[in-house]
Formats: sequence, structure tokens, C-alpha cells
Amino acid sequence: MTARASAASSLRIDGVRKRYGDHEVLRGIDLDVAPHEVIALIGASGSGKSTLLKTVNLLEPIDDGQIFLDGEDISDPRANPDRVRARIGVVFQGFNLFPHQRVIDNIAVSLRVVHGMPKAEAHERAMAALTRVGLGEFASNYPDRLSGGQQQRVAIARAVAADQSLLLLDEVTSALDPELVGEVLELVRELGAEGTTILMATHEMAFAREVADRVAFLHAGEIHELGTPAEVFGSPQRARTREFLARVTH
Amino acid sequence: MTVDQAWRPSSIELARQAYRRHQTGRSLLIGAASTVAFATLAWFLLVNTPGWARVQESFFDLETWAGAWPRVWHGFLLNLQILVFAVVGVAIVASLLAFLRTLRGPVWFPLRFLAATYTDIFRGTPLIIVLYLVGFGVPGLVQQRIPTEVLGTVALVITYSAYVAEVLRAGLESVHPSQRMAARALGYTHGQTLRIVVLPQGIRKVTPALMNDFIAMQKDVGLVSILGAVDAVRAAQIETARFADFSPYVLAGLLFIALAWPMIRLTDWVTARMQRREQSGGTV
Repeated sequence: MTARASAASSLRIDGVRKRYGDHEVLRGIDLDVAPHEVIALIGASGSGKSTLLKTVNLLEPIDDGQIFLDGEDISDPRANPDRVRARIGVVFQGFNLFPHQRVIDNIAVSLRVVHGMPKAEAHERAMAALTRVGLGEFASNYPDRLSGGQQQRVAIARAVAADQSLLLLDEVTSALDPELVGEVLELVRELGAEGTTILMATHEMAFAREVADRVAFLHAGEIHELGTPAEVFGSPQRARTREFLARVTH
Repeated sequence: MTVDQAWRPSSIELARQAYRRHQTGRSLLIGAASTVAFATLAWFLLVNTPGWARVQESFFDLETWAGAWPRVWHGFLLNLQILVFAVVGVAIVASLLAFLRTLRGPVWFPLRFLAATYTDIFRGTPLIIVLYLVGFGVPGLVQQRIPTEVLGTVALVITYSAYVAEVLRAGLESVHPSQRMAARALGYTHGQTLRIVVLPQGIRKVTPALMNDFIAMQKDVGLVSILGAVDAVRAAQIETARFADFSPYVLAGLLFIALAWPMIRLTDWVTARMQRREQSGGTV
């Protein structure tokens, strides 16, 4: 899995708008993510973090703007969304493992079906991914035998098993008991250090500060402030950023 | 978590266990006594009913059963054949209907509409009317003689597919949308998502309901007799006329019960097991 570092993707979000009925969730988002970069999206609930991640993965169609993955316009309707999604790993707040498949099959089946690997190779690859997150011994268990933290680690293994070059994390620790948060964050930290390009929505300010190369503060569907963790957390320029940080960090 | 080998139950726990054993024994005794008393009373009332001797003679006559057995059994084998074909037919037609009803997008409107209309109509129509319409209508339509058991099977498939399609659809829709989303995020196509993620989970959730429909169909197979097919019910009718007593009907009824009983027990067991699993608090 060390090969991934060289295959990291770049992502360019350009003027993306999204509305649900009369409610504008994203109001012209511009964001450049360089290869190997880790960007944390912070902001209050409803600020548009999750929606932004879903538009990047083409799970939500956008109303305007463009999204480029490695220079290719994936918001073009002629792009095959299934092929695009196969290149992007996504981890959700609620794990979303498939409860009817063994842990190993949660990973191996998509390697076979989506990435066309032969059965033996897919199994080997899935096993390597599981071992990588320290859960090799649970391969033949069903997901409901695992703790929340373990399930989320499997979900992360599943998201990067095919060497996905971009990883989207949607508040991956929000559904976990406090004592299980650490193991998941540790794994994300390692993936970032290995060079995976990561775009993550998070409520863990300390973690964002430590791991992210840049932090984007979203407010009312706009990127209100963008900078290094030292800039955004250390000396926020905008009043709203200061208010938000005062509420969540103390 | 290993059990502490040095642990021995305390005297308090031993006393509690002894008390519970005593209570269990008591409950067993009371249950047995009450069952015997109830059965005796029921039997006493039954045999003292004025017409009991005649009922016994004309419904539970062993000699008539022996005489009617070959023909009724032969007819019952036809029921089994019809059942096998009908189950396969229902599985195919119902899956297709359920699939059509889950299609999204304006292009599929006519198919979706047709499937919805179909299930509405045939869930509302009594099976016996469908049997008459198919049994007497189809041969007139194609101007050909068709075996009545074939027509009966078709009528069963038409009616039961409507019910089973709705059960399957409920199953597909009971799978949480986040499962679909996770599958699409991994790059599965719409079809792969349905086949690999949604269908296996959906079917599992409605298995008891499907088994229930199967049990209902096992006995409704006997209705093909009204078209003239010589199945167990029709054979029993013929034998009833021959022996001038109703015992053959009871015999046919017992055969149907024997067929359905294992499935009924199995359904209960599966349902109970699923309930236990859900209560033990599996997440996801």
C-alpha cells in the first residue's frame, strides 16, 4: 500500500453551487487540493461540509460550477460516474458496512466487481488491507461482531483497498464512543502521512490542527476562511471564524 | 473473557437455584394436570354429543379412508406437481414485478404503472374468480383444449405473484438508503447495487412473510379442483360419492396439513430466531 503515495490525486473545485429547493447549501465553493495534501473542512452543522463531499463523489448532482479530478472534468455529464467513484474512497459517519457480508467480503467483493480483480487476488488484496488496519483476525466475522471503532477501520480499509488516490472522510468519528475515536484518527493520520490526498469534514478541532495541511472554515455554504492550521486556529481573520472556534474549542 | 476457574457459586446463589428448580417442577406438574383435565372434559363433551356416533361414521371412517386412499393419494401427487410449477412461476413473475416497481426515472413510467396496476387488480380479485376466468376464458381465447391443471397453475401464479411482488418490494425498500449510497460510493452500478447489496438484505428481512405466502399457496393448490382437474380434493369428492360418506374429504385435509405442517414450524422457528437476533442488539 506504499505505492499509493505516488498515485495521489489532485482535486479542483471551481464555483460549485448546490441548492435543495429554495435553500442554497453551497454558494460558489472554490477549493484547490494538491496531491498529497490533507484538507480539513470545519464549520457548524448545516454549513455544507457533507454536501460538498457528496458532490465531489458525484452522489449529489451540482447546480453550477465544475469539479476536476486530476485535471479531468468529472462534473461533465459525459463522465461515467461509476468509474469516477471507483477512483475515490469515501468513509461515512455511520460506517455503512454491508451487514450480510463477512468483513473480508466487504472489501474483496468490490475489488472483484468494480475493479475486475481475479478472485484470489481480490482476497489477498482485501486481507492485506485488513491487516494494515490491524483487523486481520476478524476477516471471517460479520461486521456486527466488531466495535464501532473497528467497523470504521474496516470501512477505511474498504475505501482505500483499490489504491484510491483521493479519500473523502465525512465526520468519521462522530458516531463513535469517545474511547474509540483515537484508533480511527490514528489510522487517518497514518494515511495522510503516507501521502494520500484527503478531504475531510470533521468536528475534531485538535485533530484537524495536527494533521491537516490546510483548514477550510465553511459558513452558510461558502468557504469563509482558508489557511494553514496555524493561521485559521492561531489567528483567525474573520469574526465568524473566531465565534465558531470559541464555541467548539475550550 | 474466560471463566474464573476458582469461582464456586455462593450459598445464596445455590439457594436461588434450588428454589427455581422447585418452581419449574411445580409449573410442569400443574401444566400436565391441567392439560389432562381439559382433554378429558373436551372428549367427554364430544362423545356425549347426540350426533357423535353418526359423525364418527361419516367423517372418520377407517374403512372408507383405506378404500379412498389410492385415488386421493394419486390426486395429491398432482397437487404437489402443480405446487412445484406454481412456486417457480411465482418466484419469476413476482421478482420481475417487484423489480419493475423499484425502477426510477420517467422512461420507466409505463412499466412501473403496469406493474402497480397488476398488483392492485390481482390482490383485489378472489382467487376463485381468477380460476374461472383463466380456466374457461383462456381456452376460448386460443380456441384450443388446454389441460385444466395447467390453467389452474397459471391462475395460481397470476394471483400469488401479485402478493409476493408486494412482499419483495417491501423488502427491497426496507434496506436503508445509506447501504445503497455506500455501494454507489464504492463504484457499484445501479444493477450491481441491487444484486449484491440490496436484494440479499431485503429478501432476508421478508423471509417469514414469503414463507407464510408459500404455506397459503400450498393449500390453495386444492382449488384447481373447481376446474375439473382430478387432484386430492376432486378425488375426495368422487370417493365421497362412491362411499356415501365424507371421510375422504377429511383424509385429503389431513394430507394437506401434513404437507404444510413442517413449513409452518420452520416459519415459526425462523421468525423467532430473527427476533432474537434483532433483540440482542446487532448494530448496522
